[in-house]
Amino acid sequence: MSNRRRFLLSCTALAGTALIAKSTFAQDDSQRTALLREVTGSAPVNVGRVTVDTPPLADNGHSVPVRVLVDSPMTTDSHVRRITLLAERNPRPVVASFMLGPHSGRAEIATRIRLADIQEVLALAQFSDGSWWMGGAKVVVTELACLEGG
Amino acid sequence: MLSRIQVPSAARRGEIIPIRIAIQHPMETGYRPDHFGRRIPKNVINSLVCRYNGLIVFRAEMGSGIAANPLLQFYVVAADSGEFVFAWEDDSGQRGSERAAITVSD
Repeated sequence: MSNRRRFLLSCTALAGTALIAKSTFAQDDSQRTALLREVTGSAPVNVGRVTVDTPPLADNGHSVPVRVLVDSPMTTDSHVRRITLLAERNPRPVVASFMLGPHSGRAEIATRIRLADIQEVLALAQFSDGSWWMGGAKVVVTELACLEGG
Repeated sequence: MLSRIQVPSAARRGEIIPIRIAIQHPMETGYRPDHFGRRIPKNVINSLVCRYNGLIVFRAEMGSGIAANPLLQFYVVAADSGEFVFAWEDDSGQRGSERAAITVSD
């Protein structure tokens, strides 16, 4: 294959994957805002300090391991009070909330969740000063946790 | 409800220890039909509390987005020798509990 042809091919391939990535993970901003408001009330949500660790490709949407790490010293003065897990494309987007405190020592939780679609799993953390921080991880699920059957 | 908790049997004071619990439960979503096509009602473990010598150190509020046979892991600072007591309840009102002892040395 000529260099030019190879270059053109790779360009289209790249554009294609970008397009897929954009459409599969695209989320309606107003819906996300409404969901975040449901969790945090009217408090603003900052992006950062929260890391969501999931496998980028999950074979089975019925059980996807998720680990949430929050950057916090976990002292009496400054700690994480609550971690809420969200899966926006699930029929019930609020997955779970976990209440922690200074006695936790480390702001980290791990569990297994259901994913009904390819989506970004979000984690919101509320700090002892009342502020909210958010992080997320995109997960591609090959076998979805379907609404009917399994 | 069958369950298993993993708590280290011994720790040093101030050490951050991992605590893990797994409970056998279908975590019915409410979307699944039975063999006759009728919807199986939603039934999930909606709340779980972990007390360490009486003090609540971890609490979880869960929905149908948590996978069947829920597994939870979190951390606690080892303070004193004593007991971890877990208690949980599902939508049908069924309760479960589990406990584990820990020895904390200086």
